[in-house]
Amino acid sequence: MSLGTQTRTTGQKADAALATPYLPLAPRRPFPYEYAILAVIVVAAAALPFILPAAEMAIAVRVLVFALMGIGWNIMSGFGGMFSFGHAAYFGIGAYTAGFMLVEFGVSPWIGLIVGMIVAVIAAVGISYLALRYKLEGAYYAMSTFAFAEMLRLFVSGNDALHRTVGFTVPVLPEASFGMFQFDAGSPMYFWIGLVMVGIALLMSIVFLRSRTGRFTLAARDNEMAASALGINVLRYKLTAVALSAAITASAGVLYLQFYMFIDPDLGFGAHVSNNAIITTVVGGAGTIWGPLVGAVIMAPLSDVVASFLRNPPDQLAFLAGHGGLDLLLYAVILIAFVILLPKGIYGTIWNKVKRK
Amino acid sequence: MSLLEVRGFSKSFRGLKALRDVDLSVDEGTILGIIGANGAGKTTLFNCITGAFPPDSGTVTLDGRDVTGVATHRLAKLGMVRTFQLMRPFHSMTVLENVTVAALSHGARSDRAARAEAAVAIAKTGLTEWSGNESGQLPAAVQKRLELARALAMRPRVLLLDEVLAGLVPAERMPVLELLETLRAEEGVTMIFIEHIMAAVRRLSDSVVMMDQGAVLASGQVDAVLADPLVIEAYLGKEYTNA
Repeated sequence: MSLGTQTRTTGQKADAALATPYLPLAPRRPFPYEYAILAVIVVAAAALPFILPAAEMAIAVRVLVFALMGIGWNIMSGFGGMFSFGHAAYFGIGAYTAGFMLVEFGVSPWIGLIVGMIVAVIAAVGISYLALRYKLEGAYYAMSTFAFAEMLRLFVSGNDALHRTVGFTVPVLPEASFGMFQFDAGSPMYFWIGLVMVGIALLMSIVFLRSRTGRFTLAARDNEMAASALGINVLRYKLTAVALSAAITASAGVLYLQFYMFIDPDLGFGAHVSNNAIITTVVGGAGTIWGPLVGAVIMAPLSDVVASFLRNPPDQLAFLAGHGGLDLLLYAVILIAFVILLPKGIYGTIWNKVKRK
Repeated sequence: MSLLEVRGFSKSFRGLKALRDVDLSVDEGTILGIIGANGAGKTTLFNCITGAFPPDSGTVTLDGRDVTGVATHRLAKLGMVRTFQLMRPFHSMTVLENVTVAALSHGARSDRAARAEAAVAIAKTGLTEWSGNESGQLPAAVQKRLELARALAMRPRVLLLDEVLAGLVPAERMPVLELLETLRAEEGVTMIFIEHIMAAVRRLSDSVVMMDQGAVLASGQVDAVLADPLVIEAYLGKEYTNA
Protein backbone atom coordinates (compact mmCIF):
# COMPACT_ATOMS: atom_id res chain seq x y z
CA MET A 1 0.00 0.00 0.00
CA SER A 2 2.69 2.39 1.02
CA LEU A 3 4.55 1.45 -2.13
CA GLY A 4 1.49 2.40 -4.13
CA THR A 5 1.30 5.84 -2.55
CA GLN A 6 4.96 6.34 -3.11
CA THR A 7 4.73 5.59 -6.81
CA ARG A 8 1.72 7.84 -7.12
CA THR A 9 3.70 10.71 -5.70
CA THR A 10 6.50 10.12 -8.17
CA GLY A 11 3.83 9.94 -10.81
CA GLN A 12 2.64 13.43 -10.00
CA LYS A 13 6.19 14.55 -9.95
CA ALA A 14 6.62 13.08 -13.43
CA ASP A 15 3.81 15.26 -14.73
CA ALA A 16 5.30 18.29 -13.05
CA ALA A 17 8.74 17.46 -14.38
CA LEU A 18 7.44 17.24 -17.89
CA ALA A 19 5.73 20.58 -17.33
CA THR A 20 3.54 20.22 -20.39
CA PRO A 21 -0.10 20.99 -19.77
CA TYR A 22 -2.52 18.77 -21.66
CA LEU A 23 -3.87 20.55 -24.69
CA PRO A 24 -7.35 21.88 -24.06
CA LEU A 25 -8.52 20.85 -27.54
CA ALA A 26 -7.23 18.37 -30.03
CA PRO A 27 -5.29 20.22 -32.68
CA ARG A 28 -7.51 20.63 -35.69
CA ARG A 29 -6.61 19.20 -39.03
CA PRO A 30 -5.75 21.81 -41.58
CA PHE A 31 -8.63 22.92 -43.79
CA PRO A 32 -9.03 20.50 -46.69
CA TYR A 33 -7.97 23.08 -49.24
CA GLU A 34 -7.04 20.31 -51.70
CA TYR A 35 -10.69 19.88 -52.64
CA ALA A 36 -11.03 23.55 -53.41
CA ILE A 37 -7.89 23.53 -55.54
CA LEU A 38 -9.14 20.49 -57.43
CA ALA A 39 -12.46 22.17 -58.16
CA VAL A 40 -10.71 25.30 -59.43
CA ILE A 41 -8.36 23.30 -61.66
CA VAL A 42 -11.16 21.23 -63.18
CA VAL A 43 -13.43 24.20 -63.82
CA ALA A 44 -10.61 26.27 -65.29
CA ALA A 45 -9.39 23.43 -67.48
CA ALA A 46 -12.92 22.75 -68.74
CA ALA A 47 -12.77 26.09 -70.54
CA LEU A 48 -9.64 25.12 -72.48
CA PRO A 49 -11.46 23.85 -75.61
CA PHE A 50 -12.89 27.36 -76.04
CA ILE A 51 -9.48 28.95 -75.81
CA LEU A 52 -7.02 26.56 -77.39
CA PRO A 53 -6.94 26.16 -81.15
CA ALA A 54 -8.47 22.83 -82.17
CA ALA A 55 -5.10 21.55 -83.35
CA GLU A 56 -3.72 21.79 -79.83
CA MET A 57 -6.53 19.78 -78.28
CA ALA A 58 -4.81 16.51 -79.18
CA ILE A 59 -1.95 17.54 -76.93
CA ALA A 60 -4.36 18.53 -74.20
CA VAL A 61 -5.87 15.03 -74.27
CA ARG A 62 -2.35 13.60 -74.25
CA VAL A 63 -1.71 15.59 -71.08
CA LEU A 64 -4.76 13.96 -69.52
CA VAL A 65 -3.61 10.45 -70.48
CA PHE A 66 -0.20 11.18 -68.98
CA ALA A 67 -1.82 12.66 -65.89
CA LEU A 68 -3.96 9.57 -65.32
CA MET A 69 -0.93 7.32 -65.70
CA GLY A 70 1.09 9.49 -63.36
CA ILE A 71 -1.66 9.68 -60.73
CA GLY A 72 -2.01 5.91 -60.90
CA TRP A 73 1.72 5.27 -60.63
CA ASN A 74 2.04 7.79 -57.82
CA ILE A 75 -0.44 6.02 -55.56
CA MET A 76 1.48 2.77 -55.68
CA SER A 77 5.04 4.06 -55.93
CA GLY A 78 4.83 7.53 -54.40
CA PHE A 79 2.39 6.87 -51.56
CA GLY A 80 2.87 3.10 -51.29
CA GLY A 81 6.64 3.11 -51.74
CA MET A 82 6.59 0.16 -54.13
CA PHE A 83 8.58 1.26 -57.15
CA SER A 84 6.89 -0.06 -60.28
CA PHE A 85 8.68 -0.36 -63.59
CA GLY A 86 5.77 -2.13 -65.18
CA HIS A 87 2.70 0.05 -65.10
CA ALA A 88 2.35 -0.61 -68.83
CA ALA A 89 0.83 -3.91 -67.72
CA TYR A 90 -2.22 -2.18 -66.21
CA PHE A 91 -2.43 0.45 -68.93
CA GLY A 92 -2.35 -2.32 -71.54
CA ILE A 93 -4.85 -4.48 -69.71
CA GLY A 94 -7.27 -1.54 -69.61
CA ALA A 95 -6.87 -0.70 -73.29
CA TYR A 96 -6.92 -4.32 -74.44
CA THR A 97 -9.90 -5.37 -72.35
CA ALA A 98 -11.97 -2.47 -73.68
CA GLY A 99 -10.62 -2.98 -77.22
CA PHE A 100 -11.32 -6.71 -77.20
CA MET A 101 -14.86 -6.30 -75.89
CA LEU A 102 -15.61 -3.47 -78.32
CA VAL A 103 -14.14 -5.01 -81.48
CA GLU A 104 -15.20 -8.59 -80.92
CA PHE A 105 -18.56 -8.11 -79.23
CA GLY A 106 -19.52 -4.49 -79.82
CA VAL A 107 -19.62 -3.82 -76.08
CA SER A 108 -19.56 -0.15 -75.08
CA PRO A 109 -16.12 1.08 -73.99
CA TRP A 110 -17.76 2.37 -70.82
CA ILE A 111 -18.39 -1.22 -69.80
CA GLY A 112 -14.95 -2.09 -71.14
CA LEU A 113 -13.57 0.62 -68.85
CA ILE A 114 -15.15 -0.96 -65.77
CA VAL A 115 -14.16 -4.50 -66.76
CA GLY A 116 -10.65 -3.38 -67.71
CA MET A 117 -10.20 -1.72 -64.34
CA ILE A 118 -11.38 -4.85 -62.56
CA VAL A 119 -9.09 -7.12 -64.58
CA ALA A 120 -6.14 -4.78 -63.95
CA VAL A 121 -6.87 -4.75 -60.21
CA ILE A 122 -7.03 -8.54 -60.07
CA ALA A 123 -3.76 -8.88 -61.99
CA ALA A 124 -2.00 -6.19 -59.96
CA VAL A 125 -3.11 -7.52 -56.59
CA GLY A 126 -2.24 -11.09 -57.59
CA ILE A 127 1.23 -10.22 -58.78
CA SER A 128 1.96 -7.86 -55.91
CA TYR A 129 0.67 -10.31 -53.34
CA LEU A 130 3.15 -12.90 -54.56
CA ALA A 131 5.98 -10.38 -54.82
CA LEU A 132 5.38 -8.91 -51.36
CA ARG A 133 4.59 -12.25 -49.75
CA TYR A 134 8.01 -13.51 -50.79
CA LYS A 135 9.64 -10.25 -49.74
CA LEU A 136 10.66 -8.86 -53.09
CA GLU A 137 11.59 -5.31 -52.18
CA GLY A 138 13.06 -2.23 -53.78
CA ALA A 139 14.87 -2.99 -57.03
CA TYR A 140 13.75 -6.62 -56.97
CA TYR A 141 10.11 -5.63 -56.75
CA ALA A 142 10.64 -3.12 -59.58
CA MET A 143 12.20 -5.85 -61.73
CA SER A 144 9.31 -8.19 -61.08
CA THR A 145 6.79 -5.57 -62.24
CA PHE A 146 8.88 -4.94 -65.35
CA ALA A 147 9.07 -8.66 -66.07
CA PHE A 148 5.31 -8.98 -65.70
CA ALA A 149 4.63 -6.17 -68.18
CA GLU A 150 7.08 -7.65 -70.69
CA MET A 151 5.53 -11.06 -70.24
CA LEU A 152 2.12 -9.63 -71.06
CA ARG A 153 3.49 -7.80 -74.09
CA LEU A 154 4.96 -11.02 -75.48
CA PHE A 155 1.83 -12.99 -74.63
CA VAL A 156 -0.43 -10.49 -76.39
CA SER A 157 1.94 -10.29 -79.38
CA GLY A 158 1.55 -14.00 -79.93
CA ASN A 159 -2.13 -14.42 -79.13
CA ASP A 160 -4.53 -14.89 -82.03
CA ALA A 161 -7.63 -13.84 -80.11
CA LEU A 162 -5.88 -10.53 -79.35
CA HIS A 163 -4.80 -10.08 -83.00
CA ARG A 164 -1.12 -10.68 -82.28
CA THR A 165 1.04 -7.67 -83.17
CA VAL A 166 -1.75 -6.03 -85.19
CA GLY A 167 -3.76 -5.05 -82.14
CA PHE A 168 -7.23 -3.51 -82.18
CA THR A 169 -8.61 -0.63 -84.21
CA VAL A 170 -11.75 1.00 -82.87
CA PRO A 171 -14.46 0.69 -85.58
CA VAL A 172 -15.57 4.12 -86.74
CA LEU A 173 -19.25 4.76 -86.14
CA PRO A 174 -21.43 6.68 -88.62
CA GLU A 175 -22.06 9.33 -86.00
CA ALA A 176 -20.79 10.44 -82.62
CA SER A 177 -22.15 8.53 -79.66
CA PHE A 178 -21.59 9.19 -75.99
CA GLY A 179 -22.73 5.66 -75.15
CA MET A 180 -19.99 4.25 -77.35
CA PHE A 181 -17.37 6.81 -76.19
CA GLN A 182 -16.82 8.03 -79.73
CA PHE A 183 -16.97 11.59 -81.08
CA ASP A 184 -15.98 13.50 -84.18
CA ALA A 185 -12.27 14.00 -84.60
CA GLY A 186 -11.38 17.22 -82.81
CA SER A 187 -14.45 17.09 -80.57
CA PRO A 188 -13.84 18.60 -77.15
CA MET A 189 -15.76 15.70 -75.63
CA TYR A 190 -12.61 13.57 -75.43
CA PHE A 191 -10.97 16.31 -73.44
CA TRP A 192 -13.94 16.82 -71.14
CA ILE A 193 -14.38 13.12 -70.47
CA GLY A 194 -10.64 12.78 -69.85
CA LEU A 195 -10.78 15.79 -67.57
CA VAL A 196 -13.56 14.21 -65.51
CA MET A 197 -11.50 11.01 -65.28
CA VAL A 198 -8.45 12.96 -64.11
CA GLY A 199 -10.64 14.89 -61.66
CA ILE A 200 -11.98 11.65 -60.21
CA ALA A 201 -8.48 10.15 -60.03
CA LEU A 202 -7.18 13.23 -58.19
CA LEU A 203 -10.19 13.17 -55.89
CA MET A 204 -9.41 9.54 -55.09
CA SER A 205 -5.79 10.50 -54.38
CA ILE A 206 -6.89 13.19 -51.96
CA VAL A 207 -9.49 11.05 -50.22
CA PHE A 208 -7.01 8.18 -50.02
CA LEU A 209 -4.28 10.34 -48.55
CA ARG A 210 -6.57 11.78 -45.89
CA SER A 211 -8.20 8.49 -44.98
CA ARG A 212 -7.14 6.04 -42.31
CA THR A 213 -6.15 3.63 -45.08
CA GLY A 214 -3.96 6.22 -46.74
CA ARG A 215 -2.20 7.19 -43.56
CA PHE A 216 -1.54 3.57 -42.64
CA THR A 217 -0.15 3.12 -46.16
CA LEU A 218 2.22 6.07 -45.68
CA ALA A 219 3.25 4.70 -42.29
CA ALA A 220 3.99 1.31 -43.87
CA ARG A 221 5.98 3.03 -46.60
CA ASP A 222 7.99 5.09 -44.13
CA ASN A 223 8.76 2.19 -41.83
CA GLU A 224 7.32 -1.23 -42.23
CA MET A 225 8.47 -2.66 -38.90
CA ALA A 226 7.26 0.30 -36.89
CA ALA A 227 3.92 0.18 -38.70
CA SER A 228 3.35 -3.49 -37.87
CA ALA A 229 4.42 -2.90 -34.29
CA LEU A 230 1.56 -0.38 -34.11
CA GLY A 231 -0.99 -2.91 -35.32
CA ILE A 232 -0.97 -2.00 -39.01
CA ASN A 233 -1.39 -4.90 -41.42
CA VAL A 234 1.28 -3.74 -43.85
CA LEU A 235 0.48 -6.20 -46.65
CA ARG A 236 -3.19 -5.28 -46.66
CA TYR A 237 -2.58 -1.55 -47.01
CA LYS A 238 0.10 -2.00 -49.64
CA LEU A 239 -2.27 -4.12 -51.71
CA THR A 240 -4.99 -1.49 -51.34
CA ALA A 241 -2.64 1.09 -52.83
CA VAL A 242 -1.72 -1.35 -55.60
CA ALA A 243 -5.39 -1.94 -56.45
CA LEU A 244 -6.27 1.76 -56.61
CA SER A 245 -3.18 2.45 -58.67
CA ALA A 246 -3.90 -0.30 -61.20
CA ALA A 247 -7.52 0.80 -61.62
CA ILE A 248 -6.56 4.40 -62.41
CA THR A 249 -3.80 3.31 -64.79
CA ALA A 250 -6.22 1.00 -66.62
CA SER A 251 -8.60 3.92 -67.12
CA ALA A 252 -5.75 5.80 -68.80
CA GLY A 253 -5.46 2.90 -71.23
CA VAL A 254 -9.14 3.11 -72.16
CA LEU A 255 -8.99 6.87 -72.68
CA TYR A 256 -5.95 6.34 -74.89
CA LEU A 257 -7.70 3.64 -76.91
CA GLN A 258 -10.81 5.72 -77.52
CA PHE A 259 -8.93 8.88 -78.40
CA TYR A 260 -6.28 7.40 -80.70
CA MET A 261 -8.69 4.62 -81.78
CA PHE A 262 -5.90 2.13 -81.92
CA ILE A 263 -3.90 -0.11 -79.62
CA ASP A 264 -1.18 -2.67 -80.27
CA PRO A 265 1.16 -4.62 -77.99
CA ASP A 266 3.87 -1.95 -78.03
CA LEU A 267 1.53 0.98 -77.48
CA GLY A 268 -0.24 -0.91 -74.69
CA PHE A 269 2.46 -2.89 -72.95
CA GLY A 270 5.74 -1.40 -74.21
CA ALA A 271 8.38 -0.29 -71.72
CA HIS A 272 8.01 3.33 -72.83
CA VAL A 273 4.46 3.32 -71.43
CA SER A 274 5.80 2.47 -67.98
CA ASN A 275 8.53 5.05 -68.44
CA ASN A 276 5.95 7.73 -69.25
CA ALA A 277 4.12 7.00 -66.00
CA ILE A 278 7.35 7.13 -64.00
CA ILE A 279 8.90 10.20 -65.57
CA THR A 280 5.65 12.19 -65.43
CA THR A 281 5.42 11.61 -61.70
CA VAL A 282 9.09 12.01 -60.88
CA VAL A 283 9.36 15.28 -62.82
CA GLY A 284 6.23 16.63 -61.16
CA GLY A 285 6.89 15.26 -57.69
CA ALA A 286 6.36 11.67 -56.54
CA GLY A 287 4.43 11.23 -53.32
CA THR A 288 2.53 14.50 -53.71
CA ILE A 289 -1.07 14.94 -54.84
CA TRP A 290 -0.41 17.49 -57.58
CA GLY A 291 2.98 16.29 -58.78
CA PRO A 292 1.68 13.93 -61.47
CA LEU A 293 -0.52 16.70 -62.89
CA VAL A 294 2.39 19.14 -63.05
CA GLY A 295 4.54 16.43 -64.61
CA ALA A 296 1.90 15.64 -67.23
CA VAL A 297 1.57 19.28 -68.26
CA ILE A 298 5.33 19.30 -68.90
CA MET A 299 6.03 15.81 -70.20
CA ALA A 300 3.08 15.25 -72.54
CA PRO A 301 3.79 18.30 -74.75
CA LEU A 302 7.52 17.65 -74.50
CA SER A 303 7.15 14.07 -75.68
CA ASP A 304 5.01 15.32 -78.56
CA VAL A 305 7.55 17.96 -79.56
CA VAL A 306 10.43 15.51 -79.29
CA ALA A 307 8.62 12.91 -81.38
CA SER A 308 7.85 15.33 -84.21
CA PHE A 309 11.35 16.81 -83.98
CA LEU A 310 12.88 13.38 -84.46
CA ARG A 311 10.49 12.63 -87.29
CA ASN A 312 11.44 15.81 -89.19
CA PRO A 313 14.68 17.14 -87.81
CA PRO A 314 16.11 20.40 -89.22
CA ASP A 315 18.64 19.95 -91.99
CA GLN A 316 21.74 20.34 -89.81
CA LEU A 317 20.48 17.50 -87.60
CA ALA A 318 19.18 15.31 -90.40
CA PHE A 319 21.34 12.43 -89.17
CA LEU A 320 19.01 12.10 -86.18
CA ALA A 321 16.10 11.05 -88.37
CA GLY A 322 15.00 7.47 -88.29
CA HIS A 323 16.81 6.58 -85.09
CA GLY A 324 14.07 5.17 -82.97
CA GLY A 325 14.79 5.28 -79.27
CA LEU A 326 16.57 8.64 -79.23
CA ASP A 327 13.61 10.06 -77.35
CA LEU A 328 14.01 7.34 -74.73
CA LEU A 329 17.61 8.43 -74.32
CA LEU A 330 16.44 11.96 -73.64
CA TYR A 331 13.84 10.82 -71.11
CA ALA A 332 16.41 8.68 -69.36
CA VAL A 333 18.65 11.71 -68.99
CA ILE A 334 15.75 13.81 -67.68
CA LEU A 335 14.81 11.08 -65.22
CA ILE A 336 18.36 10.68 -63.92
CA ALA A 337 18.80 14.45 -63.66
CA PHE A 338 15.62 14.80 -61.63
CA VAL A 339 16.37 11.89 -59.34
CA ILE A 340 19.79 13.37 -58.57
CA LEU A 341 19.15 17.12 -58.64
CA LEU A 342 15.47 17.49 -57.80
CA PRO A 343 14.33 14.28 -56.13
CA LYS A 344 11.11 15.85 -54.88
CA GLY A 345 10.20 16.94 -58.40
CA ILE A 346 9.09 20.38 -59.50
CA TYR A 347 5.94 20.58 -57.42
CA GLY A 348 7.48 18.88 -54.39
CA THR A 349 10.47 21.25 -54.35
CA ILE A 350 8.40 24.40 -54.73
CA TRP A 351 5.89 23.26 -52.12
CA ASN A 352 8.66 22.56 -49.62
CA LYS A 353 10.07 26.06 -50.14
CA VAL A 354 6.66 27.63 -49.64
CA LYS A 355 5.99 25.58 -46.52
CA ARG A 356 9.27 26.65 -44.91
CA LYS A 357 8.43 30.34 -45.18
CA MET B 1 -0.86 -14.53 -12.69
CA SER B 2 1.59 -14.02 -15.47
CA LEU B 3 0.36 -11.95 -18.36
CA LEU B 4 3.13 -12.91 -20.73
CA GLU B 5 4.99 -16.15 -20.58
CA VAL B 6 7.81 -17.47 -22.74
CA ARG B 7 8.70 -21.15 -22.61
CA GLY B 8 11.70 -22.83 -24.17
CA PHE B 9 12.48 -20.24 -26.84
CA SER B 10 15.31 -21.22 -29.16
CA LYS B 11 16.41 -19.49 -32.32
CA SER B 12 19.39 -20.04 -34.58
CA PHE B 13 20.65 -17.96 -37.46
CA ARG B 14 22.57 -20.46 -39.57
CA GLY B 15 25.25 -21.67 -37.16
CA LEU B 16 24.70 -18.98 -34.52
CA LYS B 17 22.49 -19.95 -31.61
CA ALA B 18 20.92 -16.62 -30.78
CA LEU B 19 18.49 -18.00 -28.20
CA ARG B 20 18.88 -21.19 -26.18
CA ASP B 21 15.87 -22.49 -24.32
CA VAL B 22 14.82 -19.15 -22.85
CA ASP B 23 12.06 -19.08 -20.24
CA LEU B 24 10.58 -15.98 -18.72
CA SER B 25 7.32 -14.68 -17.43
CA VAL B 26 6.01 -11.33 -16.31
CA ASP B 27 3.07 -10.77 -14.00
CA GLU B 28 0.32 -8.34 -14.84
CA GLY B 29 1.18 -4.81 -13.75
CA THR B 30 4.84 -5.52 -13.08
CA ILE B 31 8.05 -4.61 -14.82
CA LEU B 32 10.61 -7.13 -15.96
CA GLY B 33 14.10 -5.94 -16.79
CA ILE B 34 16.29 -7.82 -19.24
CA ILE B 35 20.00 -7.28 -18.94
CA GLY B 36 23.00 -8.78 -20.63
CA ALA B 37 25.98 -7.81 -22.73
CA ASN B 38 25.66 -6.81 -26.37
CA GLY B 39 24.92 -9.87 -28.47
CA ALA B 40 23.37 -11.78 -25.59
CA GLY B 41 20.15 -12.21 -27.61
CA LYS B 42 17.95 -9.60 -25.94
CA THR B 43 16.65 -7.96 -29.09
CA THR B 44 16.29 -11.33 -30.83
CA LEU B 45 14.13 -12.38 -27.90
CA PHE B 46 11.93 -9.31 -28.46
CA ASN B 47 11.74 -10.06 -32.16
CA CYS B 48 10.59 -13.62 -31.48
CA ILE B 49 8.05 -12.57 -28.85
CA THR B 50 6.53 -9.88 -31.07
CA GLY B 51 6.31 -12.05 -34.16
CA ALA B 52 8.95 -10.29 -36.27
CA PHE B 53 10.14 -13.83 -36.88
CA PRO B 54 9.05 -17.06 -35.21
CA PRO B 55 11.28 -18.95 -32.77
CA ASP B 56 12.64 -22.32 -33.92
CA SER B 57 11.02 -23.85 -30.89
CA GLY B 58 9.18 -22.72 -27.80
CA THR B 59 5.91 -20.93 -27.10
CA VAL B 60 4.77 -17.52 -25.99
CA THR B 61 1.43 -17.05 -24.27
CA LEU B 62 -0.33 -13.75 -23.74
CA ASP B 63 -2.97 -13.81 -21.05
CA GLY B 64 -3.13 -17.61 -21.23
CA ARG B 65 -3.53 -17.67 -25.00
CA ASP B 66 -0.86 -19.20 -27.22
CA VAL B 67 0.35 -16.47 -29.56
CA THR B 68 3.50 -18.12 -30.88
CA GLY B 69 4.19 -17.01 -34.46
CA VAL B 70 1.19 -14.64 -34.55
CA ALA B 71 1.86 -11.68 -36.83
CA THR B 72 3.24 -8.53 -35.25
CA HIS B 73 0.27 -6.37 -36.19
CA ARG B 74 -2.18 -8.86 -34.67
CA LEU B 75 -0.20 -8.95 -31.43
CA ALA B 76 -0.26 -5.17 -31.35
CA LYS B 77 -4.07 -5.28 -31.57
CA LEU B 78 -4.03 -7.74 -28.66
CA GLY B 79 -2.15 -5.15 -26.63
CA MET B 80 1.46 -6.20 -27.09
CA VAL B 81 3.36 -3.17 -28.33
CA ARG B 82 7.09 -2.69 -28.73
CA THR B 83 9.50 0.14 -29.29
CA PHE B 84 12.73 -0.12 -31.23
CA GLN B 85 16.29 0.33 -30.13
CA LEU B 86 17.02 2.13 -33.40
CA MET B 87 14.32 4.75 -33.80
CA ARG B 88 11.85 4.20 -36.58
CA PRO B 89 9.79 7.36 -37.05
CA PHE B 90 7.39 7.73 -39.97
CA HIS B 91 9.69 10.33 -41.43
CA SER B 92 7.23 11.93 -43.85
CA MET B 93 4.98 12.87 -40.93
CA THR B 94 5.12 15.31 -38.06
CA VAL B 95 5.37 14.09 -34.49
CA LEU B 96 1.64 14.61 -34.01
CA GLU B 97 0.81 12.70 -37.20
CA ASN B 98 3.09 9.84 -36.14
CA VAL B 99 1.24 9.42 -32.88
CA THR B 100 -2.15 9.98 -34.54
CA VAL B 101 -1.48 6.99 -36.79
CA ALA B 102 -1.01 4.88 -33.67
CA ALA B 103 -4.22 6.20 -32.11
CA LEU B 104 -6.14 5.51 -35.33
CA SER B 105 -4.70 2.03 -35.46
CA HIS B 106 -5.76 1.44 -31.90
CA GLY B 107 -9.30 2.22 -32.98
CA ALA B 108 -9.97 5.90 -32.38
CA ARG B 109 -13.39 6.56 -33.89
CA SER B 110 -12.68 9.78 -35.68
CA ASP B 111 -9.65 11.68 -36.78
CA ARG B 112 -10.42 14.26 -34.13
CA ALA B 113 -10.56 11.66 -31.38
CA ALA B 114 -7.28 10.19 -32.63
CA ARG B 115 -5.64 13.61 -32.52
CA ALA B 116 -6.90 14.18 -29.02
CA GLU B 117 -5.49 10.85 -27.85
CA ALA B 118 -2.25 11.55 -29.65
CA ALA B 119 -2.00 14.94 -27.96
CA VAL B 120 -2.31 13.26 -24.57
CA ALA B 121 0.39 10.69 -25.36
CA ILE B 122 2.56 13.49 -26.68
CA ALA B 123 2.08 15.56 -23.54
CA LYS B 124 2.84 12.57 -21.32
CA THR B 125 6.14 12.03 -23.07
CA GLY B 126 6.98 15.72 -22.96
CA LEU B 127 6.86 16.19 -26.70
CA THR B 128 4.24 18.91 -26.95
CA GLU B 129 6.66 21.57 -28.10
CA TRP B 130 7.83 19.21 -30.86
CA SER B 131 4.43 18.06 -32.07
CA GLY B 132 4.49 20.11 -35.28
CA ASN B 133 8.03 19.11 -36.24
CA GLU B 134 8.89 16.73 -39.04
CA SER B 135 9.80 13.52 -37.26
CA GLY B 136 12.70 12.60 -39.53
CA GLN B 137 14.78 15.57 -38.40
CA LEU B 138 14.46 15.33 -34.64
CA PRO B 139 17.33 14.94 -32.19
CA ALA B 140 17.84 11.30 -31.19
CA ALA B 141 16.54 11.86 -27.66
CA VAL B 142 13.29 13.28 -29.01
CA GLN B 143 12.89 10.40 -31.47
CA LYS B 144 13.25 8.02 -28.53
CA ARG B 145 10.38 9.71 -26.78
CA LEU B 146 8.39 9.61 -29.99
CA GLU B 147 8.79 5.83 -30.03
CA LEU B 148 7.34 5.81 -26.55
CA ALA B 149 4.53 8.23 -27.40
CA ARG B 150 3.41 6.10 -30.34
CA ALA B 151 3.44 3.01 -28.17
CA LEU B 152 1.38 4.77 -25.49
CA ALA B 153 -1.24 5.84 -28.00
CA MET B 154 -1.83 2.11 -28.60
CA ARG B 155 -2.90 1.79 -24.95
CA PRO B 156 -0.75 -1.31 -24.53
CA ARG B 157 -1.36 -4.05 -21.96
CA VAL B 158 2.21 -5.15 -22.24
CA LEU B 159 4.92 -2.84 -23.47
CA LEU B 160 8.26 -4.13 -24.73
CA LEU B 161 10.86 -1.40 -24.53
CA ASP B 162 14.16 -1.90 -26.29
CA GLU B 163 16.76 0.39 -24.68
CA VAL B 164 14.39 3.28 -24.30
CA LEU B 165 16.98 5.21 -22.27
CA ALA B 166 19.98 4.66 -24.53
CA GLY B 167 21.23 7.85 -26.11
CA LEU B 168 19.58 10.04 -23.48
CA VAL B 169 21.71 12.18 -21.22
CA PRO B 170 21.12 11.56 -17.50
CA ALA B 171 18.90 14.62 -17.17
CA GLU B 172 16.63 13.30 -19.90
CA ARG B 173 16.36 9.85 -18.34
CA MET B 174 14.58 10.85 -15.18
CA PRO B 175 11.33 12.05 -16.80
CA VAL B 176 11.17 8.85 -18.84
CA LEU B 177 11.73 6.70 -15.75
CA GLU B 178 9.03 8.57 -13.90
CA LEU B 179 6.70 8.22 -16.84
CA LEU B 180 7.18 4.45 -16.90
CA GLU B 181 6.53 4.28 -13.15
CA THR B 182 3.35 6.30 -13.59
CA LEU B 183 2.20 3.96 -16.35
CA ARG B 184 2.66 0.96 -14.12
CA ALA B 185 1.05 2.59 -11.11
CA GLU B 186 -1.88 4.34 -12.73
CA GLU B 187 -2.63 2.33 -15.83
CA GLY B 188 -1.31 -1.04 -14.75
CA VAL B 189 0.77 -1.43 -17.89
CA THR B 190 2.98 -4.50 -17.81
CA MET B 191 6.47 -3.92 -19.18
CA ILE B 192 9.50 -5.80 -20.32
CA PHE B 193 12.47 -3.57 -20.85
CA ILE B 194 15.93 -4.19 -22.18
CA GLU B 195 18.35 -1.83 -20.49
CA HIS B 196 22.05 -1.35 -19.89
CA ILE B 197 21.73 1.41 -17.34
CA MET B 198 21.78 -0.41 -14.03
CA ALA B 199 20.40 2.45 -11.98
CA ALA B 200 17.29 2.32 -14.14
CA VAL B 201 17.07 -1.46 -13.90
CA ARG B 202 17.31 -1.30 -10.11
CA ARG B 203 14.74 1.42 -9.87
CA LEU B 204 12.09 0.05 -12.24
CA SER B 205 12.34 -3.70 -12.24
CA ASP B 206 10.13 -5.92 -10.13
CA SER B 207 12.21 -8.80 -11.43
CA VAL B 208 15.18 -9.22 -13.72
CA VAL B 209 16.38 -11.70 -16.29
CA MET B 210 20.06 -11.79 -17.09
CA MET B 211 20.96 -13.16 -20.51
CA ASP B 212 24.31 -14.39 -21.72
CA GLN B 213 25.07 -15.94 -25.09
CA GLY B 214 21.42 -16.56 -25.84
CA ALA B 215 20.56 -18.26 -22.57
CA VAL B 216 19.08 -17.07 -19.29
CA LEU B 217 21.94 -16.98 -16.83
CA ALA B 218 19.97 -15.82 -13.82
CA SER B 219 16.53 -14.50 -13.00
CA GLY B 220 14.61 -13.29 -10.01
CA GLN B 221 14.68 -10.27 -7.71
CA VAL B 222 16.92 -7.46 -8.88
CA ASP B 223 19.30 -7.46 -5.93
CA ALA B 224 19.66 -11.22 -5.91
CA VAL B 225 20.42 -11.37 -9.63
CA LEU B 226 22.89 -8.52 -9.53
CA ALA B 227 24.65 -10.09 -6.54
CA ASP B 228 24.89 -13.45 -8.29
CA PRO B 229 28.62 -14.19 -8.77
CA LEU B 230 27.87 -15.72 -12.21
CA VAL B 231 26.24 -12.48 -13.29
CA ILE B 232 29.05 -10.35 -11.98
CA GLU B 233 31.54 -12.48 -13.80
CA ALA B 234 29.65 -12.40 -17.09
CA TYR B 235 28.69 -8.79 -16.87
CA LEU B 236 31.68 -7.09 -15.35
CA GLY B 237 32.11 -4.18 -17.70
CA LYS B 238 31.51 -0.52 -18.16
CA GLU B 239 27.75 -0.81 -17.82
CA TYR B 240 28.09 -2.23 -14.32
CA THR B 241 30.61 0.26 -13.12
CA ASN B 242 28.55 3.11 -14.56
CA ALA B 243 25.62 2.10 -12.45
